[in-house]
Amino acid sequence: MIQGCGAIYHREVLILQRRFWRMLASMAVSPLLYLLAFGYAMGDRVMVAGYTYTEFLIPGLVAMTSMTQAYGIASEINISRFYWHIFEEFQAAPINDVAYVLGEVLAGITRSFISVIVILGLGFVFGVSLGYYTIWFWLPVLLNSFVFSSLAVGIAMLVKSHSDQAMVNNFIITPMAFLGGTFFPIDRLPPVAQKILFFLPLTHASKAIRGAAFEHHADWYSCLLLALTGALFFFIAIHCVNRAKD
Amino acid sequence: MIRIDNLSKRYKNIHALKSISLQAAQGELFAYLGPNGAGKTTTIRILTGLTNLTSGKAFLNGFDIEKQTLDAKKQCGLVPQTINLDQELTVYENLEVHGCLFGMPARQRAEKILELLDYVDLDDRKDTLTKNLSGGMRRRIMIARALLHSPRILFLDEPTVGLDAGIRRKIWALIKKIQQNGTTIFLTTHYIEEAEFLAGRVAFLDEGNIVATDTPENLKARLGEWAIDRVSEDDMETQYFKTMEEAKDRSRHYQDSFTLRRVNLEDAFLSLTGKTVK
Repeated sequence: MIQGCGAIYHREVLILQRRFWRMLASMAVSPLLYLLAFGYAMGDRVMVAGYTYTEFLIPGLVAMTSMTQAYGIASEINISRFYWHIFEEFQAAPINDVAYVLGEVLAGITRSFISVIVILGLGFVFGVSLGYYTIWFWLPVLLNSFVFSSLAVGIAMLVKSHSDQAMVNNFIITPMAFLGGTFFPIDRLPPVAQKILFFLPLTHASKAIRGAAFEHHADWYSCLLLALTGALFFFIAIHCVNRAKD
Repeated sequence: MIRIDNLSKRYKNIHALKSISLQAAQGELFAYLGPNGAGKTTTIRILTGLTNLTSGKAFLNGFDIEKQTLDAKKQCGLVPQTINLDQELTVYENLEVHGCLFGMPARQRAEKILELLDYVDLDDRKDTLTKNLSGGMRRRIMIARALLHSPRILFLDEPTVGLDAGIRRKIWALIKKIQQNGTTIFLTTHYIEEAEFLAGRVAFLDEGNIVATDTPENLKARLGEWAIDRVSEDDMETQYFKTMEEAKDRSRHYQDSFTLRRVNLEDAFLSLTGKTVK
């Protein structure tokens, strides 16, 4: 299994190396725009939970970007399946479905971590430095990436075309990005909305990452929920890869 | 060797393969000939693990493709119909990833890649991105990739489709060379001359059924050796003869134009199915 997983991951790393600078630039664009638009516009004038809005925004952007970058492998798999037909090369190889999913999930996690480092770098430029040097900050980043790259593999196997993929992104990822606690604290929303948003993995990721960044606080409950959700999506992804044969 | 027993495949309302059986011996070049949609690619997809079978059994070098899937996959190399190289990677990287997928140790992998690039005459292109290669070069790289892990069975699904005559002949020579090394080759094609030139045995596939399996010579001999095509206003009639003299004798009575030629596999396929291969 390690051989198969290593091969899949190796391919993704080769592609990542080839696109590295382009990818780094594209990873920086959205967070930079958010920081310029919200950070400079509201900046130090607006305080949220005792922190400036820019300070509040950075951990939210970390959660949101780790989600979008980890989930981004869905489009890559989709292209390799429907356009380049490279997925057939993996299907014909003597590797099992677990190895394939694990290789792709690791690739998603890698992309996610690179994007988080980009955001933290941008944060330094904007004069924000929080509690990043603790495992409690990086653990929810890892679990959030695990959740969304596993979801990405499963979805990429279920969709039948590129347009289906775009539609899924619009229905799942975009609403979550705006409602998962990235831009505002969800405890300011009505109780009903809070209950609904409780079921979004990004809500827990934002909460855990923000808690660690502000107070070096370990949010075990959110981490446990993320781990369970990730495990569930991972097993669904394995099932979907098997079903993608026909 | 390849053994298929009563293999069937059903996609919802389409019965793509209808209980087919065949065997190909070690080192044999077996061609699978039929029109588009006959079930050629479906057979290869099932044998190489890309598609699940509906019923029946298939074995690659004795390994059951359903119960010993990973061992069966190790036995074979696949050159699919569509180019499926990673366009963003170089020739060497494409082969390297394949070697990793088949668990080849790093040193063996590196040596074999260089050896195979030399074999397919593309050793000077190892650092070229595959998107910058011509169609014929990409096909040869795909053949090299399929051979990298030293498979004992090679599946070639329409390996020369869309290539010009010169490149096609280069690939035929390469396929012959691979077979001479003892590799079993299972080739699908709808090019008559390709099957005739390469195959030791041919199976005719029509609407998911194998209608005949034999050597190209025996399949053609059922009809005779010579054929005359007569074109009328809305149809073409073909007659078959044992000898050229017999054919020439008959042609003296024809008023309109005709063509005298040797019988080919297309004739054999047409006589069995009432259809042309193309």
